[in-house]
Amino acid sequence: MASPKARVARPLSPHLQIYRPMLTMTMSIVHRITGAALYFGTLLVAWWLIAAAAGPNAFAAVQGFADSLIGRLILFGFTWALLHHLLGGVRHLIWDAGYGFGPREREFLTLAGLIASVGLTVLIWILGYLALGGAR
Amino acid sequence: MSERPTLRTPLSRVRHLGPARAGTEHFWRQRLTSVALIPLSIVFIAIVISLIGRNHAATVQILGSAPVAILMLLFVVTGIYHMWLGMQVIIEDYVHHELLKIITLMANTFFCAATGLACVFAVLKLSFGV
Repeated sequence: MASPKARVARPLSPHLQIYRPMLTMTMSIVHRITGAALYFGTLLVAWWLIAAAAGPNAFAAVQGFADSLIGRLILFGFTWALLHHLLGGVRHLIWDAGYGFGPREREFLTLAGLIASVGLTVLIWILGYLALGGAR
Repeated sequence: MSERPTLRTPLSRVRHLGPARAGTEHFWRQRLTSVALIPLSIVFIAIVISLIGRNHAATVQILGSAPVAILMLLFVVTGIYHMWLGMQVIIEDYVHHELLKIITLMANTFFCAATGLACVFAVLKLSFGV
């Protein structure tokens, strides 16, 4: 098989460094980054489920992690990544269907996704803290 | 595409890979799983919120109950499949060294298979209560 390096040097299509950063572009990149973060975040879900199945001692370790400051920060980031990727996914599905490509629509969809992901993350954490403080 | 000389015409190599056949299979499966994950992610978040602050016994009881366990299994299996497809695209985009690409693609599959099976095993164990 011919080495890829032996190919004729052809002109390349312009890539990221050519373009002025735009919201849609940045959110597209963030969509991929949050996806990759969630990929490894799945380890937390697996740990949580396995610990619950293993017994009270293993489960106490998960709860200790969730109660710690660093654990809370990671879980907060996990919540935001999940919501941002979820809303970004909905936006991409709208685009896949051929809608929302107008200059105003695409900017609105992207900005709305960003604002909603942050807002919903805060809302979910308020609900979470209310659940912690509420009656069992 | 391979750089090897071949007698096959470019047309024959792409024939039958058009709309809705294997050529778009990856794209389609990613969209299919993403649509499924919209309600499943919301359900997952709701389940987690309902479990906040509960002790081990209560958590096991809720996670092991049939509706919750089935929803968790759907979420985990669909999510793992979705992220397997997604990471494959990321690797194909950024890893250009052929051997390294094959190794990372394999690692992606191993990671997803192991994590997914571990989650499924845990939910089933909770549900069947052994």
